[in-house]
Amino acid sequence: MALDRWIALVILMICLAYGYAAFFTMDAGLAPFMKRNPIWPSTFPKILSVLAVLTALTVLLGLEKGATEPKPMEINYRRLTEYKLGQALMLLALMVAYALLLRPFGFLLSTLAFLTIGSLILGERRLHILLPVAAIAAGLVWYLVQVVLGIFLSPWPAFMANGG
Amino acid sequence: MLEGLMIGLATAFSLTNILMVIGGCLIGTFIGMLPGLGPMSIIAIMIPVAITIGDPSAALILLAGVYYGAIFGGSTSSILINAPGVASTVATSFDGYPLARQGKAGKALTVAAIASFCGGTIGAILLMVFAPALASVALLFHSAEYFALMVVGLSAIAAFAGSGQVGKALLMTLLGLIMATVGEGALFNMPRFTMGVMDLQSGFGFITLAMAMFALPEALYLVLDPSRSSQGGDGNAIKDLRITRAEAKSIAPVIGRQSVQGFLIGVLPGAGATIASFLGYAVERNIAPKAEQAEFGKGSLKGLAAPESANNAACTGSFVPLLTLGIPGSGTTAILLGALIALNVTPGPRLMVDDPQIFWAVIISMYLGNLILLVLNLPLIPYIAKILTVPRTFLIPFILFFTLMGAYIGQNNATELLILVGLGLCATVLRFADYPLAPLLIGFILGSMLENNFARAMQLYDGLGFILERPMTMGLLALAVILVLLPSYRARRARLRAEGVADAD
Repeated sequence: MALDRWIALVILMICLAYGYAAFFTMDAGLAPFMKRNPIWPSTFPKILSVLAVLTALTVLLGLEKGATEPKPMEINYRRLTEYKLGQALMLLALMVAYALLLRPFGFLLSTLAFLTIGSLILGERRLHILLPVAAIAAGLVWYLVQVVLGIFLSPWPAFMANGG
Repeated sequence: MLEGLMIGLATAFSLTNILMVIGGCLIGTFIGMLPGLGPMSIIAIMIPVAITIGDPSAALILLAGVYYGAIFGGSTSSILINAPGVASTVATSFDGYPLARQGKAGKALTVAAIASFCGGTIGAILLMVFAPALASVALLFHSAEYFALMVVGLSAIAAFAGSGQVGKALLMTLLGLIMATVGEGALFNMPRFTMGVMDLQSGFGFITLAMAMFALPEALYLVLDPSRSSQGGDGNAIKDLRITRAEAKSIAPVIGRQSVQGFLIGVLPGAGATIASFLGYAVERNIAPKAEQAEFGKGSLKGLAAPESANNAACTGSFVPLLTLGIPGSGTTAILLGALIALNVTPGPRLMVDDPQIFWAVIISMYLGNLILLVLNLPLIPYIAKILTVPRTFLIPFILFFTLMGAYIGQNNATELLILVGLGLCATVLRFADYPLAPLLIGFILGSMLENNFARAMQLYDGLGFILERPMTMGLLALAVILVLLPSYRARRARLRAEGVADAD
């Protein structure tokens, strides 16, 4: 089975779960006076889930056949390992790490680390250029966000902040 | 109309707003040139900035400037290094890159700039005529018609935006609508489908979703396939920006035709700049004389002018449904709609009555933006193009970082970043399998408006009766069904004919 039909199967599962919630569990907590309303919080989701399940089934069963041949893909997922998959996965992991460490390590330190490690993953080795660029960028963005936009970003690690 | 024009002139020509246009165009050109950041990602990144400005006219002028700049920047990179940053400038590279290889990069850029300028300006004039007319019709609409109109818009997007597979596009639209029902809506005083997760209480953030659908997959594609960002260029300097009188004469009719055609395509929901540019290119190639036809694809000035004027006119055209009906026809205008709602402005037919200064200021800023791109950006291009020599090892971490920042600034919440990465990964897998992603985002943004109008119509008519009692609603809904079913019917007929089965017409 091709990837697009596997995806349709997954979406079908999600829609079925969504539809189950809309049809059977959502209305339980509805206040009595709300039940006299022609529209309930679950009305629209019910319609959506029915339509989505039908569409997902159409794609899954391949009922719609295109008139044209499938065009060549930008990236052939069947040969994913021939691309730089390792780099992509490492960068994704790095983004997750950044999300988790942004608060405890503070903006400046985590951004500096993110930009440096990201470049290192992609094969950059000129640390004498990389580190100053990353440091200046981190400082500049912090200044823009904090001072110009007025959105608070804690710059230093949590243990250095007052009161925290 | 004249009165409105005056208000618009007065608003747009304040010093702040002129600076906004200039700044927006420059930022847009600068970032739009980078492979991997299309207008959608750039506008999504700029939204927190625009919201902080607070004044809706200024914010919208800034975002519109960024939009034009990004399109212009996208054409520049497709001419210079054959790396179109956006789908709508792919057609530009057909003839633009060969010209650059022949050492005529300067000429190609000038033609592109002039074509964009004319396309944008003619588009703005048409917008000025069309939008008020459409808005006065739209004022007659009830919530029932609005609901039906949005259904038509969404089906048109599913029918035209997908790569020939309506089922997949429709599924993505529905998924977007489903995602819009997560969280606490304005209509009902209860959270829905949050699965007990506190962070989903307010629903998915639309900036997060926009980043996850477009910026992140594009960046991951750049990582996976280094040849996508084939850089370095040829290193030859851009010189000789002038074009001759004969050349100007030959491209003038092309620009005129394609501006009008592009605008009309842009008005249709779902069609947008990409289709306009490809269609413009194909039409001009077909009607060109035989001798010139052979030149297309090898560096024809006509082949460059056609997609450039068409895509700019289409971008302007896509503002028509946004400003008059409040229904975005493309991913980019959908993001603009999100920004407007965040600024407490509801686009729609009332916009022209309630906030004429916003409406007209945006139109005036379109002229201004096009002018600035022509007189300010074009001479600066040789310097701005230096950004193309930034190595990808530096570029990609920065793109990822700006994607993360965009989501973080909007919500100030680290969980949002995890949602972003998760959704971005899903979007990349969806893109592997050729599922179109723009319908999902448009469905998500229209979702709550669709449900609100549906609910209002249901309450007014105490049930589904409004579909039968209002002929216009029924007609629009029928149109939506036809739009969805027609492509597969035609595909089926084409297949039957190919198999040699007799066909009665």
